[in-house]
Parts: sequence; structure tokens; C-alpha cells
Amino acid sequence: MITRKVLCFGLASLVLGFGLFCSAAAAAEDYVKLIGAGASFPAPLYSKWFKDFHGLHPNVQVDYQSVGSGSGIKNFINKTVDFGASDAGMKPEEIAQVDVGVQLLPMTAGAIVLSYNLQGVPDLKLSREAYAGIFLGKVTKWNDPLITKANPDAKLPDSAINVVVRADSSGTTFVFSQHLAAINPDFAKSPGVNTMPNWAAGTRSKGNEGITASLRTTPGSIGYIEYGYAKGQGLAMAVLENKAGKFVKASTPSFQASLAGVQMPDDLMAWLPDPTGDDSYPIVTYTWLLCYKRYGDVNKLKALKGVIEYGLTEGQKSSEQFGYIPLPAPVVAKVKDALNNIQGN
Amino acid sequence: MSAVSQSNVGASTSISRAPTLIEKHGNIFFRWAAYLFAWLTVLLVLYIVYTITKQALPAMTKYGWGFITSSTWDPNTREYGVLPEIWGTMYSSLLALFIGSMFGLAVAIFLSEHYLAAFVFSLLKTVGLQFHPVCGKLPDKFERLFKNLIELLAAIPSVVYGLWGIFFIIPLIRPFCLAWHAKLGWIPIFGTTLSGPGMLPAAIVLSIMILPTISAISLNALLAVPPKLREAAYGLGATRWESILAVILPTASKGIFGAIILAFGRALGETMALAMLVGNSNVISWSLFSPANTLAALLANNFAEAGQKEVGVLMFAALILLGITVLVNMLGAFVLNRASVSQEGVR
Repeated sequence: MITRKVLCFGLASLVLGFGLFCSAAAAAEDYVKLIGAGASFPAPLYSKWFKDFHGLHPNVQVDYQSVGSGSGIKNFINKTVDFGASDAGMKPEEIAQVDVGVQLLPMTAGAIVLSYNLQGVPDLKLSREAYAGIFLGKVTKWNDPLITKANPDAKLPDSAINVVVRADSSGTTFVFSQHLAAINPDFAKSPGVNTMPNWAAGTRSKGNEGITASLRTTPGSIGYIEYGYAKGQGLAMAVLENKAGKFVKASTPSFQASLAGVQMPDDLMAWLPDPTGDDSYPIVTYTWLLCYKRYGDVNKLKALKGVIEYGLTEGQKSSEQFGYIPLPAPVVAKVKDALNNIQGN
Repeated sequence: MSAVSQSNVGASTSISRAPTLIEKHGNIFFRWAAYLFAWLTVLLVLYIVYTITKQALPAMTKYGWGFITSSTWDPNTREYGVLPEIWGTMYSSLLALFIGSMFGLAVAIFLSEHYLAAFVFSLLKTVGLQFHPVCGKLPDKFERLFKNLIELLAAIPSVVYGLWGIFFIIPLIRPFCLAWHAKLGWIPIFGTTLSGPGMLPAAIVLSIMILPTISAISLNALLAVPPKLREAAYGLGATRWESILAVILPTASKGIFGAIILAFGRALGETMALAMLVGNSNVISWSLFSPANTLAALLANNFAEAGQKEVGVLMFAALILLGITVLVNMLGAFVLNRASVSQEGVR
């Protein structure tokens, strides 16, 4: 009796298991896995997009490794990934190393703010000369005339400015140094534009989280950090003078004004080292996905295009919540056109 | 089959018999496998050195000795030098070793001399439970717990140490550091103000990280001291203090030195916590409060975004770190030999 029961049970489970196996095999037919690597700056937003897209299309899974723009470009050139991502675009000599062609797609934009830790000074205004001077190590005290001139009412202490910069090489630093080099010829000469320039001032902290920690725990400090981080951590953000000479607060409308002021070129690599316009916030940047122009696998191509289109339409709605800047409509249209350049073999 | 024949013949012959074919070949196979893996390990080390050297070669020919003696690191002008990093690596490791050895050795003596057990025992004695079947085991249990807790320090991930340093140690020591700088600023080691990350917080956290290494190995060395030596010391009328300092510590010195050398090696190579705490500025300063940089932190910070040309330079830096570690270990082995020769008479 018992053996018969066991036998029946075994048979039933065998049949059931086989059925499951068959259905799994059927689903696996058009299962697509995309692997991407690159910039850590847009990683939180990308992760959300890829997760949501996976929820809508369970057969497509995207693995994104936020290893940094430099590694992303390296992996992309070596073709160990399906797409890359970079805050610094790609240099012409890097593009030349990819035989199937490269299509860069701006997917979102971000802003970099100057956060500071000063008790009782809510909206610190910094002129262009002042903040360039701080990061050049020329403005060293909080009551320097360059700072007090813009803040006549604030009680600025007679203490040293503790400048905090990124220790690890990063796209954020690249964009910030690019901006400083654009507004200050001294900075352009030395330290210059780099993912980790030889800063003349300051202690160096590792990563956004390191900068955040240093800013929070050290009174009298100032550092540059991504807007999303500063917003999420509730850090004070300085009001910066833009090219038109106006002081502008860090906010989504002022970031969008900066993006609107620049024409997107045909290669979709628009740089905004120093945006024009009265309402423009001075330090904003696009960030790019790097795609090949030819993909051998049709399923991968279809999935990749689906993901990108999702990011351009639905995805833009979640960008503000994560501290990124929604792309202006003309830019979205242009990127969608550029998707046609990506094709199968 | 052999089992049957053995039981037939009797117990006297079953102990000694010729090895079976499987045992014989198994032995040979095991011996060769042991040789093979031992040599593979050696080859692996050589291969790592070879690949690093190969990638570092362009940078080595270009920068040569200037790489070690110059102190600028500027990717834009392609000037590279690691003198501040070498200084920072040695300074932070030695500071950490100094603090860590003091605490680690104290812990090892505390446990090997059973101070904790004696204390718990005397507590139990006051309530008359010292020979109770359950409570009587408490002294040993507490000692084991204490030892495990210290060893648990080694299991905490490096990143956690780094974050703890940033959010706890730095705010904790800042007021003291500012006061010392204000009062004793004329002494070089207090010469600058502490602005967040710096040498002292890095060294403190590093010393905690190497403490379990020092205490665990020293403890084993101290426990291995023959009891008759201790008894002899007491028998000659030595106090506890005298017997620990003059007899037990010198006898265990070889093991203790070994512990310190191992800890030094770990301190030199420690990366993440230091990258987060040391300040990463290319500064050479005696000041404990000044930011500094270490070779391992330099590598960790730069590799992610390094371009083709910078990788060579970083590999050169890695090779130098490797060289320092080898040198320290050789020096350690030398000191160890000398120390054991001079202590030979004690045993």
C-alpha cells in the first residue's frame, strides 16, 4: 500500500516537474539579458528604469553595473557589455576604437551643487570669483571680502574654509572642473579639467557618501556634490552666480532653463560648461548611454530599443524625484530619431 | 574480501599487513598533488609579480627613480610621484602598529594570565557558588567569550570600519585635536588642525583592525610558555609583574614579534578604510592631524576611471607597495631570527 502511494506521488511530481520544465523552456525562448556598465552618477535612475521595465516585460532583464564612466567606456570598447554609460561622453579617439560605430544617447541630465556647513547662514551666495577662488585655494576664510560682498546681511565667521573634493576619479569631478575651467582661466591652466585633477586645496573624500559625511561632520566646510545627494541628505546648497551675473538657486526649473539654452548638436554631445540665460543654474550636464550602431542579436536590439524608449518617455517622469533633470521635449525627439541609427546586422 | 580474510586469520596479523593497491597509489597520488599545489602557489605569486611588472614597465622606464622621489600626482601634466604615498603608508602603519601592539599585547597578557577568570571566580566566591556545577564553569566561559569577541573584530568588513571612522571617530576626536593644536601647536605632530579625515583617525581605526591579529597570535605564544618556567619564577620569589616582564614575555617574544610583523603586513595593505579616512591629499607632514595618502588608497581611488596610460603608472605604484611589503616581511624574519637567538638560553 505504502509503496504504491509513494509511487503514485513520485509519478505525479515527475509529470508536474516535466510540465514546469516545459513552460520554463517556452518562456526562455525570447528571454533577453542586457548587460551595461558605466557612470555611477545616473545609476539610481537607471536602476529604477530597468527594474520597472522588467516588471512590464518580464522577459527582458537589464544588469547595470555602476563601475564609473572610465571603466564603462573601457568595457564598452572591449565589447564585454551590451551598452555603456558615461558622464564625460566619449573622446573621438575612443569612438574610433569601436569598429561597428558608436551612438551616444543623452538619457538624463544632472546638476552639481556646492553644499556647505555653516551654522546660521541659510542661503549663502557665492559669486563666480568667490567659488572659483575657494577651489583654487585662494579664498581661504569665510569672511573674505569676495564672499561678504555678495552676503552683506549674513554673519560669516572668521574661520578657515575647509574645502572638500572627491578623492576618487569621477565624472562628477570632470563636469565640475570643466565648469571651473570655463569660468576661470587660472583654473584652466592648473589644475585643469580631469576626472581627478591635482586640486590645489582641500581634503579629499571618497565618493558622494564620503563628501556628504565630511560636509556634515566638519563645521566650516564646502564641497561639490550631485544635486540628488544634497537634496536627499538635506544639505545646505549655495546660491551661485551664473553667466548673466544673476544669483540662482539650485532647483529643477533653473536646471531646465540651463538645458533649454543649448542647441543639441548632431552627435548628441552637448556640453554646457557655462550655460547662458538669466535663470540658468551654472553647473549642469547631460549623461549618456553608449550604444553600438550594429547589434548581431535581433532580440537584444529589440529589447535595448524598448528599454531606451521607456526611459525617454515614462522614465523621464521619475527623474525629478531622484534629483535629475527631465530632458526638454526637443531633446527627447532628437534622441528618438537617433535610435534609428542603431540597427541589426 | 580482505576484511573476511583478516577476521579469519585473527587480530594479531590484522594490525600489520601490506598496503592495498588503492592505498599505495593513493599515497603516491596524494604526494604528487601536494607537490603540485605547493608549486602552483609559488608560481601564482611569481605570475602576479610578472603581470604587474609587465604593465608597469612603460611607466618604469619613463619615470624611473623620479617616481619615488617626486611628490606631485597630476594626470593633466602627466607628472606622477608617490613619495607622499610611501610616507603615508609607512607613517600610518607604524602609528597603527604602535597603538595596536600596546592594546593587543595587553589583551593577550590579560587573557593568558587568566585575570578575567580569576576575577569572575572571586565574584562567584563571594556568593559561594564557585564550585557549583553550572556556575563553576563561568570563569572559563567568560574568558572564551572575551577572546571570541576580540577575534570578531577581524570579521567586520573594511567599509564598515571606514564609515564608523567617519561618523564616530572623527567627531569624537575633533575637540581634543583642536585643543591640542591650540595649546601644543609648536610640537610638529600637532602642527596642523584636523579638518575631518586625517592621519590620526586613520591610524586609530587601522590599529583596531590589526588588534585581533596581534592579540590572537600573541595569546597563543603566551599560552605556549611552559608552566614550569612560570612556577620557577614564582619559586625564586619573583612578583607577578616581574615574572610576566622578565620571564614570560621574553620567552614568548618570537611569537609576539611574528604577530606584530603579520599585523604590519595587514596595515600596509589595508585599503578601503584608509581611503575613506586618511584624507587622500599628497602631503608629507609629521602632523597627526594633517590629511595624507597611502599607496593602497591611491590605487583604490584611481583604478575605476584610469585611462590606458594611467594604468601603467598605477601598476608601478602597486609594484612599490609590493616591494615595501616584501621588505618589511624580510626585515621581520631577520629580527625574528636575531630575537630567537638571543632568547635561546631561556628555553
